[in-house]
Amino acid sequence: MEAKVVKINGPVVVAEGGNFVINEMVRVGNLKLIGEVIGLDDDFATIQVYEETSGMKVGEPVEGTGNLLSVVLGPGMIGSIYDGIQRPLKFVEKLSGGPFIQKGIETFPLNTHKRWKVEFLLEAGDTVNEGQIYAQVKEGAIVHKLMVPCGVNNKKIVERIDKSELTVKDYVYILEDGTKLGMYQTWPVRIPRPVKKRLPESVPLITGQRVIDTFFPIAKGGTAAIPGGFGTGKTMLQHQLAKWADADIIVYIGCGERGNEMTEVLTEFPKLQDPRTGKPLMERTILIANTSNMPVSAREASIYTGITIAEYFRDMGYNVAIMADSTSRWAEALRELSGRLEEIPAEEGYPAYLASRIAQFYERAGYAETLSGKRGSVTVIGAVSPPGGDFSEPVTTHTKRFVRCFWALDRELAYSRHYPAINWNTSYSGFIQDLRAWYGENVDEKFPEYRDKAMSILEEDGKLQSIINIMGEDVLPDSQKLVVRIAKMIKVGILQQNAYSAVDSYCPLKKQFLMLKTVMDFYEKAKEFVEKKVAMSVILKEDIVSKIMRMKEEAKTEEDIMEVYRLVQDHFKSVEEKYRE
Amino acid sequence: MAVKEYTGVKKAFGPLIVLEGVKGAAYDELVEIEANGKKRLGKVITIDKDLVIIQIFEGTAQLSLPNTKVRFTGKPLEVKLSPDMLGRVFDGLGRPRDGLGEVVSSEKRDINGLPINPYSRVYPRNFIQTGISTIDALFTLIRGQKLPIFSGNGLPHNELAVQIARQSTIKEGEFVVVFAAIGLKNSDVRFILSSFEGTGASKNIISFLNLASDPVVERIATPRVALTVAEYFAFDLGYHVLVIMSDITNYCEALRELSNYRGEIPSRKGYPGYMYSDLATIYERAGIIEGKEGSLTQLPILTMPNDDITHPIPDLTGYITEGQIVLSRDLHMRGIYPPINVLSSLSRLMKDGIGEGYTREDHPNVASQLFAAYSRVQEVRSLASIIGEEELTDVDKAYLRFGESFEREFIKQDFSEDRSIEQTLDLAWKMLSYLPEEELTRVSKEQIDKYLKKVK
Ligand SMILES: Nc1ncnc2c1ncn2[C@@H]1O[C@H](COP(=O)(O)OP(=O)(O)O)[C@@H](O)[C@H]1O
Ligand SMILES: [Mg+2]
Repeated sequence: MEAKVVKINGPVVVAEGGNFVINEMVRVGNLKLIGEVIGLDDDFATIQVYEETSGMKVGEPVEGTGNLLSVVLGPGMIGSIYDGIQRPLKFVEKLSGGPFIQKGIETFPLNTHKRWKVEFLLEAGDTVNEGQIYAQVKEGAIVHKLMVPCGVNNKKIVERIDKSELTVKDYVYILEDGTKLGMYQTWPVRIPRPVKKRLPESVPLITGQRVIDTFFPIAKGGTAAIPGGFGTGKTMLQHQLAKWADADIIVYIGCGERGNEMTEVLTEFPKLQDPRTGKPLMERTILIANTSNMPVSAREASIYTGITIAEYFRDMGYNVAIMADSTSRWAEALRELSGRLEEIPAEEGYPAYLASRIAQFYERAGYAETLSGKRGSVTVIGAVSPPGGDFSEPVTTHTKRFVRCFWALDRELAYSRHYPAINWNTSYSGFIQDLRAWYGENVDEKFPEYRDKAMSILEEDGKLQSIINIMGEDVLPDSQKLVVRIAKMIKVGILQQNAYSAVDSYCPLKKQFLMLKTVMDFYEKAKEFVEKKVAMSVILKEDIVSKIMRMKEEAKTEEDIMEVYRLVQDHFKSVEEKYRE
Repeated sequence: MAVKEYTGVKKAFGPLIVLEGVKGAAYDELVEIEANGKKRLGKVITIDKDLVIIQIFEGTAQLSLPNTKVRFTGKPLEVKLSPDMLGRVFDGLGRPRDGLGEVVSSEKRDINGLPINPYSRVYPRNFIQTGISTIDALFTLIRGQKLPIFSGNGLPHNELAVQIARQSTIKEGEFVVVFAAIGLKNSDVRFILSSFEGTGASKNIISFLNLASDPVVERIATPRVALTVAEYFAFDLGYHVLVIMSDITNYCEALRELSNYRGEIPSRKGYPGYMYSDLATIYERAGIIEGKEGSLTQLPILTMPNDDITHPIPDLTGYITEGQIVLSRDLHMRGIYPPINVLSSLSRLMKDGIGEGYTREDHPNVASQLFAAYSRVQEVRSLASIIGEEELTDVDKAYLRFGESFEREFIKQDFSEDRSIEQTLDLAWKMLSYLPEEELTRVSKEQIDKYLKKVK
């Protein structure tokens, strides 16, 4: 029997009849809107429709597709911008006949006309297994590897296509059982792609952002949350990470946020150069946009679409970083759908399964050995938008349980234009110990030690500030005044980093270390002289302090920082001389 | 398609009616309701087999169940579009309110519009000079931006909106103002409309008025009607359009009321969980589109209940809009107009629309320096209130002096005072000159030489 719509409530539609399975992708109504079956009850199927249902009537047909909601994975994704269910927005524009997104548009996610020059890695007679790489093409900044789909094992190749320039619709090999290995594969978005083995995370994702790399680092394969009220800098930080993180592939999900922010990435990234490959940043970036005015149900799917694409590139042996801005909008989409399904809500209207959904999402991050024996990672960084900036709400609190880095953005810091407004007291990284060895070996053996010292100065400063706020700085002894001054140096000179600065938007690790060393060695020396009762104004000589505060912008090379370092040494030599006199 | 008509309603509560035995109703379609010789408009909000729930924009007052006629029109709520709408006044659903007759046109559009494809947008970066120093220097308005005013009861948000609209000069093209009054008091509407009279702008205004005494549910439609017309002028006719919507708080309250009647599970403070997405379908209609000449800039106004910026209405708005201009009761009490709270206000789009080639080369640094200095002023003030002004260091005293002048000379300006960006930036340097030069760490040495010397 053909299924028919019997009930319509916004994006939730009930169909009667039909033989669907849960999570099956269906076509709903005369406009064939894309939907997914989310509940079955007797002869009734509850369907979440990924487009606006206005104009739909009871009695319109619902067709099954026999497939779970899936993404298409193959060459041509890089540099694209997709909607939440992987429709390429460039073609959506064409098919809509203009800038406004029409309903019921059907388009294949990959360009079917483009010819790819394929490098074949196997021959007839070879045996293949799942995950194995059988061919590859150059795409953007990477080599796109074609992998045997899961479930295909121990099969012999009987034929190779007799062309070297293929479109994504071509097959590459034919196996003994007639299976074709093509240019693309599909994968259901709600199921994590398998790996051979999970590995501990021990290499940092280098972001060029001092407050992260130096103070609250994240490992490749790690998870981080960026909670913060509006205007505190979540999106800027996500953009900074998308630009500068040393990942091979970036998947950026604009989940229920502004259209112009996606446009900004689309206009800016092709012009910016990846400092490591020299290629335009867009050539390693995939965008997924379900902006706040696009259908809410597709918002729920966008997160899964994004992470599945990320896993696919991980399986090729790449380090992938995925940014989701904002996971709160995804959670709200869950809440809205749950409400329409008349489920019993738990906290603040959110469904009881909110926590487990958040956990499942972040669990898909990790550093792993892939099925083909390579190493790859998915790092997940999610923005959280707590209502009223209140971190005690459900999405923030649950997210906190499942991520290892917490970069808490602070309204007060943002108001005083301290950017990035990451609060150093409430933020943390669970990777500090795991990454110690790496920093020690790859940057400087003293890096971890300097970092800890700087952190304890900030901590002490926090306590002193509460005294200053009541009684003024004058009541403090010089040794504590010094701590306050050094903390200021760290805050202004190191933690603050202007994303718009041509010089300082990205700060190499080595420079980060030298800056930290300059400040911390300054402190050590200054402390000695404070003990010797030298006047603070002599120790904290105006021009030297100002040099340190400005070195992030003015010292362009490592050599320039060393120059500042030498000036500091000279300064203390002259202080020493004066003191002896 | 044949229009279907039914007589008799099963149930009526709040603004909703329920009908049974309906065949072929479409989700979201427009219905006309006739009772006691009066016509009302409504739309279908739920369909369950042959049971249909309809929301009536004018409410259900004086409706009787058996005598009510319901006609299903087979189309969504639409508004007629024509270039002749300039200078006209309509009600909250787009019907003429000025006695000048119906708009004649075959062009009609669904008031809900369709989402703009992010791929088709152009990133906005053209500066609009409002002539208001605080806005131009620190919260630059960009053509195509959505920049709300977060106000409070009794604060001069209407004055500010009018001043912005009147003084906004853009380098090319015409400016059309679309004004959507959402549950506004008559006196507010009169103030706003009369402020444009005799300014040349008055024939370039299109108004949609839902007054405080007008039906509450109609408010859900008013901004959408206004924006549909605004989109037409911007993207079909190529005008630069400025949309003033006031008061979004009334809109959200209507949304809450409706949600309540529908028996939905509320989220914070009783507002529906979908309020974010709902507001986004309004605010995201601002922008610039590739290949189209015009632009749609939004200046929504909302009054924060209890001046609380964390209240769901300003909060969700701030999460969607491209910044916010927050008004301060404290500055207002001290007689400073416009009472703009510098620290909590923000323009997210200014970064790409200021500086060399846009405003003036020193603009980004000057803005950054003013923020840094003024935020320091707050610290110094709270310290001074504890230890006394005399105990402050000389530098701190300079900051106090700066803060005072900044508020009295820079922020404060007349309702009809129109300052050019050059005047504004020069004035900013004058303010900075009250600080010791060593404190000016965010501007360059060259800029100090070039601009500071000039004002000293
Ligand atoms: N690192 C930074 N450098 C300079 N400005 C910043 C930085 N981070 C945030 N900002 C400022 O803060 C504003 C708001 O940031 P945004 O990321 O859009 O906030 P959110 O996404 O949390 O609402 C930006 O428009 C920018 O002016
Ligand atoms: Mg954001």
